[in-house]
Amino acid sequence: MNRAGERLLNGLVKENPTFVLMLGMCPTLAVTTSAMNGLGMGLTTAAVLALSNLFISLLRKIIPDRVRIPAFIVIIASFVTAVQLLLEGYLPELNKSLGVYIPLIVVNCIILGRAESFAYSNPPIPSLFDGIGMGLGFTVALTCIGAVREILGSGELFGYGLMPDSFEPIRIFGQAPGAFFVLAALTALQNLIKEKRKSAGKSYRKIGSGCSEDCGSCSDMGCVRRFYGEKQTGKQGSRDKRQNEERDGGQDENRDERRKGNRDGKQKETRGGRGKGDRNEGQDDGGVRQDGGRDTGTDGLEYVDLEEEER
Amino acid sequence: MSGLYQVSSNPHIRSKVTTNGIMLAVIVALMPATGYGIYHFGSRALAVIAVTVASTVLTEYLYGLCRKKMTVTDLSAVVTGLLLALNLPVTIPLWIAALGGVFAILVVKMPFGGLGQNFMNPALAARCFLLLSFPTRMTDFQCDAWTGATPLALLKAGEKVNVTDMVLGNVGGTIGETSVAAIVVGACILLLLGVIDLRIPGSYIVTFALFVGIFGGRGFDPYYISAQLAGGGLMLGAFFMATDYVTRPITAGGQYLYGIFLGLMTGIFRIFGPGAEGVSYAIILGNLLVPLFEKATKPVAFGYKRGGARRGK
Repeated sequence: MNRAGERLLNGLVKENPTFVLMLGMCPTLAVTTSAMNGLGMGLTTAAVLALSNLFISLLRKIIPDRVRIPAFIVIIASFVTAVQLLLEGYLPELNKSLGVYIPLIVVNCIILGRAESFAYSNPPIPSLFDGIGMGLGFTVALTCIGAVREILGSGELFGYGLMPDSFEPIRIFGQAPGAFFVLAALTALQNLIKEKRKSAGKSYRKIGSGCSEDCGSCSDMGCVRRFYGEKQTGKQGSRDKRQNEERDGGQDENRDERRKGNRDGKQKETRGGRGKGDRNEGQDDGGVRQDGGRDTGTDGLEYVDLEEEER
Repeated sequence: MSGLYQVSSNPHIRSKVTTNGIMLAVIVALMPATGYGIYHFGSRALAVIAVTVASTVLTEYLYGLCRKKMTVTDLSAVVTGLLLALNLPVTIPLWIAALGGVFAILVVKMPFGGLGQNFMNPALAARCFLLLSFPTRMTDFQCDAWTGATPLALLKAGEKVNVTDMVLGNVGGTIGETSVAAIVVGACILLLLGVIDLRIPGSYIVTFALFVGIFGGRGFDPYYISAQLAGGGLMLGAFFMATDYVTRPITAGGQYLYGIFLGLMTGIFRIFGPGAEGVSYAIILGNLLVPLFEKATKPVAFGYKRGGARRGK
């Protein structure tokens, strides 16, 4: 089941809910005072997310379109209640330190977002793995933020003293402003790494990875696919390979095809499209592109290269 | 027709005012307060100032190296470092002072585009960062030259203070804020050079005095009001930090509003807040509202009515 692995990677890296989608900011900023809290919150959310995704996906043909949001909420709330009772029973301390943020998982926008954009229009198994991937991505992000804040704010990690005695805790990192600083710094760091790897030829395509191939029921109004009415092939792995081959030296042999694809290329230019393939193309038919060289977007979002999709 | 309307083709006559010149003027104007701080608190004050300035300048230099755009020569980092040092107590551990300098440049100033783009006064933001991070260190005003609480803390506790000492600077406090006389000398230099005008400091101080008179609980007692005016960082803040070119409103009306807002906020923080001091929080809060002040006082273009409609329609 290649699809499942792709969903996991998608949740962990490409569409990491915290660092890329910027969802669920409330628990991210509020409970990450220590690595343990971050880990606990992340795993709790992951459990709820995976289960609610699975069940929403199973029930997706029964739930009427108009009342889908209340239906989602009922499903999610049931799981949250169950998880909270389990936490109270088996991990009372964690439950105490997370406090009100456990019941608030019901309104966590990651869960509702995944239900709406993925689980409601996809089969159960990919939905389950989407939930696990997103949940783990959230967990990793929260644990990282919590760890940095705990080290700087109290000189400990998971409760163990890490810093020498002469270290004086920087108290602001235990408070709300510190959460913003750490979140911003870590987001910038992962963008930097992705930019570096992108220029080394790795693909971090964002659009399309959560695509249900049904533009009619999709809420992503800014999607390129919707713009051009393009069909999603969903085969990301093979696409990447092809992209790499092309870079390695397939420039000349693919020339005709590229010319053919240029119709779309021109359309794309009006939208300021950017992507790796674009640059090669610009060298070939010199001067067609006018937005030259702006292909390192700061939004971490690479527009889909349409002509490649066509081949 | 006024000569102003006739714009010839280039080259134009260029103003002699430069960023470097302004920054140099500010540094010179800060010298009396700095000198008095070193005289009053001893050589350790000099060490704190040197470390802070070095950390801001070095951070800006390294940032410039990374981004391949060197801006360190405009002296603004020196001003930031110096202002930050003047806002620190003399007992501060040197690494905390250096951390403040790094924070001012690396977090508050450069990521937003450097000088001219920072939305908040870097020195004050760094001071507040340190105040939240190391509350006990930042309010530890005990040193060899001076022991005891700051005059503002005494005033808040309802005890007597000596206003003459406060004006001359023979009291406890941060390195640069103690001597009102030295600060006023520096402010006069800036006023005479035309680097700042009295709009912001004037409206700030007058509003604050009125606020303290009304809500201070002692009526318009000249002794109490003058003690409040001379105490803490009010003078340093009003003349050197509220007037920062980057983080103040550019319209004249906006500057008055800004000064009034700062006066009100400082009064609220000092009288109703838990701490004795509130100048730095008031100013960074004011910095955040600058776009609103500017929007409210946007000048009407010639021939237009307020709100954008053309006159006569």
